[in-house]
Amino acid sequence: MITLENIVKTYGSGERAVTALDGIDLHVAAGTISGVIGLSGAGKSTLIRCVNLLERPTSGRVEVDGVELTSLDTAGLRAARHQIGMIFQHFNLLDSRTVYANVALPLELMKMDKAQIRERVLPLLELTGLASMAERHPAQLSGGQKQRVAIARALASRPKVLLCDEATSALDPHTTTSILALLKEINQKLGLTILLITHEMEVVKTICDQVSLIEGGKLVETAEVGRFFTAPASRAARAFINDYLELEIPPELLARMGESSDGRTHPVVRLTFGTESVDRPLISHLSRRFDIDISILQARVEAIQSHTLGLMIAELIGDPETTAEVIAYMQSIDLDVEVIGHVPGNE
Amino acid sequence: MFLGMSEAMLERLWQATLDTLVMVAVSGVISILLGLLLGVALYVTRPGRFLARPLLHGLLGIIVNVGRSIPFIILMVAIVPFTRLLVGSSIGINAAIVPLTVAAIPFVARLVEGSLNEVSPGLIEAAQSMGATAPQIILKVLLPEARGGLITAATITLITLIGYSAMAGAVGAGGLGAIGINYGYNRYDSAVMISTVTIMVVLVQLIQMIGDYLVRKAQHK
Ligand SMILES: Nc1ncnc2c1ncn2[C@@H]1O[C@H](COP(=O)(O)OP(=O)(O)O)[C@@H](O)[C@H]1O
Ligand SMILES: [Mg+2]
Repeated sequence: MITLENIVKTYGSGERAVTALDGIDLHVAAGTISGVIGLSGAGKSTLIRCVNLLERPTSGRVEVDGVELTSLDTAGLRAARHQIGMIFQHFNLLDSRTVYANVALPLELMKMDKAQIRERVLPLLELTGLASMAERHPAQLSGGQKQRVAIARALASRPKVLLCDEATSALDPHTTTSILALLKEINQKLGLTILLITHEMEVVKTICDQVSLIEGGKLVETAEVGRFFTAPASRAARAFINDYLELEIPPELLARMGESSDGRTHPVVRLTFGTESVDRPLISHLSRRFDIDISILQARVEAIQSHTLGLMIAELIGDPETTAEVIAYMQSIDLDVEVIGHVPGNE
Repeated sequence: MFLGMSEAMLERLWQATLDTLVMVAVSGVISILLGLLLGVALYVTRPGRFLARPLLHGLLGIIVNVGRSIPFIILMVAIVPFTRLLVGSSIGINAAIVPLTVAAIPFVARLVEGSLNEVSPGLIEAAQSMGATAPQIILKVLLPEARGGLITAATITLITLIGYSAMAGAVGAGGLGAIGINYGYNRYDSAVMISTVTIMVVLVQLIQMIGDYLVRKAQHK
């Protein structure tokens, strides 16, 4: 439904040129929810604004619903934008208009007549839970209600695609949950394709089917969400997930930890359990099977939509041959192991 | 203070008040309309905006600045030939309306540009994402959202015009300014002087009150 091909966006020129997007390729399948996550300044906003050409890419191709936007003239682009709704972090509602009139705006712009507009707007207010607030002004609404108005407004022209630029970043966690639930609902009820950008892992985890990690204007990794969490391919993705899970190595351990082993040290490993292995009693199994002790330093189990993800940081206490055997064994089963360092033994 | 004045003088004051109101109203309406256009042009042509025309923007900016930097009293004299061309005379109410309007247009333009600057750029972006045309952005988003600021701008303009019209009165335009100068200043008639000032203060107060009321009605914040 959305295809970005080799998108480059450079701001300014000469020495002060900033390359905000550096060769982005992204495909979002029809009817899915896709997220782009990244730190502040990574290029997320620039990326999503390139999809409806609010920002014109310096080079590259943008295609939405089979139409190549980058080759359209002004009038063609305006028409194409009716197929692409957009919501924003700060809602961007018109204070001078009521809730009803805000939702009606895109239809007025399309020169629809009053009766038709009414037929469109009322069900949308119903869908977004705003039916009783039609005559209020945005100033009389909470943040979550404002975003609902913005969603209703974005849906008014019956778009095929919805772009969300940090749509929940200005909202508290509880309101975020309800807005995400609404987005999921319209994705399923209306078959709407959603592309969202966010810096919050929670958003990706809750509603996305696919996620891309953006860093320095490049997509580092694109994966199905469950896979992204359970088997991140890139170092950047792992760092992001660790950060989100707050799975940190205890500082006193970190102080003792070195990179090399010398026969008297124990490896510290980061274990990721996929859905299949998370329920198995692996630790006791391992210590029975091999002659080692496993000291768990940090552990966490996370539900990511239909996936379960287990994460653990553990010290393997045993002689070097045995611990090497254990690590090899772990790798042979459905377990992602990373040796993150070595600590001196206590004997 | 109006007591003890001759009927003829009261009649004169009344007529002068009407003259002032006509001058301010006519020049106000014309300059607010034209200034609005110029202000919108300044806003939309600024580099980075949706109708960015840097050269045109620069040119309009210079014109506005020149217009605003000429003191009214000098402008009035300087454009006498133009005034004659338009209304066939350089004295009287009609003649005063020309320089009042010319002086107020750039003033209004800057005030309008200022109030449009207060509109969040995010709203324009949202409108663009809905496929709005440039005129639609201006008429459906910018102007309605800037309503409060625009009414304030109109209020300030009308009040400024009352002051300017008094200056125009001093050099043959009629109205309250003329009475004030002729009777109050030249003939030391302090009752007349105080009366003209009082009437002007009341006019300014009235305009301000109406303006404030309309701003309050326009705002939903
Ligand atoms: N209009 C602009 N002019 C110049 N640089 C910009 C502009 N917009 C964004 N940038 C730069 O592009 C980079 C990416 O910005 P942005 O897309 O806003 O990141 P994010 O949304 O991920 O925080 C940043 O380095 C930012 O400074
Ligand atoms: Mg951003």
